Amino acid sequence: MTKDKSFEGLMARKGEIMKKAVGIDYDTFESGSIAFDYERMMRETGYSLQEIESIQRETGVGNTPILELKNLTKLARKFAPSGKGARIFVKDEASNPSGSFKARRAATACYHAQKLGYKGVIAATSGNYGAAVASQAAMRGLKCIIVQECYDSRGIGQPEIVEKARKCEAFGAEVLQLTVGPELFSTFLMLLEETGFFNASLYTPFGIAGVETLGYELSMQFREREGRDPDVVVVTNAGGGNLTGTARGLLKAGAQSQVVGASVNLKGLHMASDTQFNKKSFTTGHTGFGIPFSTWPDRSDVPRSAARPLRYMDRYVTVNQGSVFYMTEALAQLEGIERGPAGNTALTAAFKIAQELDKDEMIVVQETEYTGAGKHIQPQLTFAKENGIEIKIGDPIEEIPGENIILPKDPSYIEIEEVDLDKLKKSYIKKCIENFKVGKVTEEDFKFLEEDSKSDAKFVKNVLDELGVEY
Amino acid sequence: MDAKKGDWVRIHKIVLKPEERSPHLPEDTQKVPLEMWDKGFLLNDVANIGDEVEIETYIGRKTSGILIEINPYYTHDFGKCIPELLYIGRQVRNILEEVGERDD
Repeated sequence: MTKDKSFEGLMARKGEIMKKAVGIDYDTFESGSIAFDYERMMRETGYSLQEIESIQRETGVGNTPILELKNLTKLARKFAPSGKGARIFVKDEASNPSGSFKARRAATACYHAQKLGYKGVIAATSGNYGAAVASQAAMRGLKCIIVQECYDSRGIGQPEIVEKARKCEAFGAEVLQLTVGPELFSTFLMLLEETGFFNASLYTPFGIAGVETLGYELSMQFREREGRDPDVVVVTNAGGGNLTGTARGLLKAGAQSQVVGASVNLKGLHMASDTQFNKKSFTTGHTGFGIPFSTWPDRSDVPRSAARPLRYMDRYVTVNQGSVFYMTEALAQLEGIERGPAGNTALTAAFKIAQELDKDEMIVVQETEYTGAGKHIQPQLTFAKENGIEIKIGDPIEEIPGENIILPKDPSYIEIEEVDLDKLKKSYIKKCIENFKVGKVTEEDFKFLEEDSKSDAKFVKNVLDELGVEY
Repeated sequence: MDAKKGDWVRIHKIVLKPEERSPHLPEDTQKVPLEMWDKGFLLNDVANIGDEVEIETYIGRKTSGILIEINPYYTHDFGKCIPELLYIGRQVRNILEEVGERDD
């Protein structure tokens, strides 16, 4: 009997396909209600930090340098109150084989796929992760398919995504490109079923564990060069894996650094909209992923996401598109390195946060990414103009995503906006109640909600009371 | 004849017609089909642009679609000059010059 390849048919077989393609039986960690055993899942299906270090060393991943951005620090101090202006550092993750920290996630996924005997790997990603999987697959002799959401219905592609397709093909991968829409997932399922390849999801325990080395290394490098951990670590936040993995690595090192998430503000743009797809100038690191993946991490392509940003985030801020472009240019002009732009989201936030901190404090941006044709401020702004976006120099507060991009008149105009974390936590708890359709929260659920939202019993109790849910 | 067996080509396919798409889409996306592009070596003996063809992708998977391009290549680049960006470098360098060694 031939299998039903329609959208509904594939979605109906989702569980069965995923189990075969990830090699994890997620059911064993489930409680049957809201709660699941996150730490046991990470422990039993992932790898230890030492194992991951050696896996990553096999393919030249990790041990990226820490660079002190002395000129940007000087610039920040110029706009900071007296005595303020922390030292700004960056961990240059662009020096990984595929040009971004995503090599860490791909390294463990591809190692795991090879160990389990899969012939190939598939990943659904329009970002740096595709290039990372393709690069690691090449090193391990695995076949690779990358599924991208790339074009709008006019067949016009985001230059940044087109560049990533090129890079994947350079590593010998097949790149299947689609127009906008969440049904990418059914195409992805069809490919998994057809090929029997491994789902190199961004959200598996080994993917996230792959990023733990970043946080751990960062702490070790700071202890070696500065004698202590950085005070603040800023992470560009999209799907939450970067933040989760880094924070877990810092904790494993015993570091107490504050973990700040930063996203580009794309408020008002619908991510699944055909006409708005090419109105944005960032394809990742933005609120269109950052907010929904914080308030409902299990929307990913695995039953239980190992990326749970709310669990680890101490603070969450947004920056506007124009400020990130400004900082990208400033980074090149003052520090002599071309990186990003999307990865410079955290740098932009760090520039502002540094001005709140004392001079002897240290703030670190934990990643950079490669830059190239298509994936660079000039092509991205050229593309913006071609899609009717106005580029202005002025006050970024007036930026309207999808209509204009406002470059700050001078660095004093670079601002961050706080995201109300309590609001996100509340929203997450509400979604848990709705999606699991529970009438009563068990004791285990209650504890889980507390941990997963990084709140406390009082907070969870208040939210449940407000929702009229028994516990 | 535009292409022959073994040529590197690009194909296009409608994966889902508008009426077959997920019901949970924004209105504009709901109106258009889900389209797909892929590349591979042509398996048909000969074909013309616009023909339904079969290909073998670089990793060896067989798939089909409408032939749209032969020897496809990338055209993305470093964009045009964005005059709006030109003030940034001078501005930050000037600010640092003013700061000088004052508060180092």
